[in-house]
Amino acid sequence: MKILVCITHVPDTTSKIAFTDDNTKFDKNGVQFIIGPYDDYALARAVELKEAHGGSVTVLNVGTAETEPTIRKALAIGADDAIRVDAEPLDSYSVARNIAHYAKEGAYDLILMGRESIDFNSGLVHGMVGELLNLPSFSPVMQLDIEGDTAKMSREIEGGKEFLEVKLPFVAGCQEPIAEWKIPNMRGIMTARTKPLNVVPATEETVQVSAEKFELPPEKGEVKLVDPENPAELVNLLNNEAKVL
Amino acid sequence: MSILVFAESADGSIKKSSLEAISYALEMGGDVTALALGTIDASEMEALGKNGAQKVLHVEDERLNQGHIAAYATAIAQAMDHTGANILVLAKSSLSDIVAAKVAIKNGAGIATNVSELPDTSNGFTVKRSIYTGKAFANVSLTTDKKILGIKKNVVALKEDGGQATVEKFDVTFDDADFGAQITGSEVAEGDVLLTEAEIVVSGGRGLKGPENWGMIEELAKELGAATGCSKPVSDIGWRPHHEHVGQTGVKVSPNLYIAVGISGAIQHLAGVNSSKVLVAINKDPEAPFFKAADYGIVGDAFEVVPKLIEAVKKLK
Ligand SMILES: Cc1cc2nc3c(=O)[nH]c(=O)nc-3n(C[C@H](O)[C@H](O)[C@H](O)COP(=O)(O)OP(=O)(O)OC[C@H]3O[C@@H](n4cnc5c(N)ncnc54)[C@H](O)[C@@H]3O)c2cc1C
Ligand SMILES: Nc1ncnc2c1ncn2[C@@H]1O[C@H](COP(=O)(O)O)[C@@H](O)[C@H]1O
Repeated sequence: MKILVCITHVPDTTSKIAFTDDNTKFDKNGVQFIIGPYDDYALARAVELKEAHGGSVTVLNVGTAETEPTIRKALAIGADDAIRVDAEPLDSYSVARNIAHYAKEGAYDLILMGRESIDFNSGLVHGMVGELLNLPSFSPVMQLDIEGDTAKMSREIEGGKEFLEVKLPFVAGCQEPIAEWKIPNMRGIMTARTKPLNVVPATEETVQVSAEKFELPPEKGEVKLVDPENPAELVNLLNNEAKVL
Repeated sequence: MSILVFAESADGSIKKSSLEAISYALEMGGDVTALALGTIDASEMEALGKNGAQKVLHVEDERLNQGHIAAYATAIAQAMDHTGANILVLAKSSLSDIVAAKVAIKNGAGIATNVSELPDTSNGFTVKRSIYTGKAFANVSLTTDKKILGIKKNVVALKEDGGQATVEKFDVTFDDADFGAQITGSEVAEGDVLLTEAEIVVSGGRGLKGPENWGMIEELAKELGAATGCSKPVSDIGWRPHHEHVGQTGVKVSPNLYIAVGISGAIQHLAGVNSSKVLVAINKDPEAPFFKAADYGIVGDAFEVVPKLIEAVKKLK
């Protein structure tokens, strides 16, 4: 089974977000980058599926050269090879077009992604890639097992989950508890250095949605503390001051 | 401007978040058509009109009672063509983004999800959307003729002063592949207020020590008509079901009121709740980071504070 996992290169979840150049650029200063947490679940499940069924795992990122350490980490976790589509990821559409192009070329049996990136939070790329390749897409997928050419999965729905059966190939956006995040071991880190990381050109540059300006949420005021002996005062404030009851 | 709104339903009822989407479309100005899929109660069609839809397209196909992503996308794309709508609005749900992504490709529309305000059309078409998991916003401009907006909960108030919508049957040409995935079953918590739809959420963290102590969280939630949520470790250990997990890697909520009990306020938890209108923290540690994000707080032992809080809420009624 040939599995493609699409990963993002995103600020660590503890990062403080700031912008520069009159709020038109993300400030990378001091920011640690990681594999997107949902993409990390997808990768972990892909590696498990490969271990169970044989085959290969390819990771793909649409990004500039600075994402390569993140791609190497995915190789250390257990992917066999990697593709970097050399482009700045500007919007979901251009990213999806690029992924679809190389995914088609690779004829994968399964394409796994995260349910969403944690920088754009669009939740769109898996759906777009599926549509571009004429494949079904599912998200957020919480369990995924393969038997022969059929996948059994569960997808989160409001207040619970639903169970699905579908024939390969398809695209899935993953979330926990599909697998546990894997931490690369020493051997993985060593072998990752020599695994192939192919840099390929962007095939699509049309952008439909462009970020003009960024802003931060308004500063929170001081918290109003209520006496623990008198929670009724909290109810009073929520009712009469905040007017949310 | 002609706007189509996807009126998502569950068990014959239109979701409240979809009614918000209709009110949103109405505020944008223009003709608002709602698209309803599957079996829908007649009274629900009235709600669509009352909230601002002038027309409802109804695809009666019973197969659509289940959330077939591909079929929904086909139906919405055809409805957009049929009405000549240049804008599609959807409310955030577990399937709306992925369905919208497919419609975007089918109809060549530019798309923005996580939208948190009405668009600004004074110079082109820009919308504000939440990015970096609620830690920032981006004003994005959409340059395509057709546009799709996925809106967050609580972006606009329900209008409820509209009239009667005319209901029109709408036939969609489906492909076999649209129903290619078999939905074999589901597991849904019965009777609870849905986390994603709730106006108030009461969440518990590891500070509650064990699942046996959730009785008071559920009782407080019940008194407030709230949904219950939890922090990630709580669902990881299995104290609470996964769908209650709130935060960066879980459900993102934006209710009017979010009450966090025994939750430290790690940045990844806050990422899922920071667009709530009012945040309340109850924690015995005055240094808990949640107090930096909260509007109101009680520094105290949850096991003493929450029962008193329940009593106070009961008295209010
Ligand atoms: C990539 C990544 C993604 C993550 N995503 C999420 C996410 O989506 N959601 C999420 O929640 N977490 C997430 N986390 C985990 C997060 O970092 C924290 O570990 C987690 O939120 C802590 O949960 P908690 O507050 O319940 O537990 P703790 O941090 O253990 O806090 C318990 C709190 O309870 C208080 N307490 C103890 N006893 C009492 C009492 N009797 N009365 C009142 N208060 C009491 C304590 O003072 C403490 O503040 C993520 C982490 C990573 C690395
Ligand atoms: N630049 C990118 N390169 C590779 N995969 C991506 C990229 N952007 C998004 N994806 C994949 O698409 C998923 C959804 O992303 P998004 O639509 O941005 O929320 C992510 O979890 C990734 O798996």
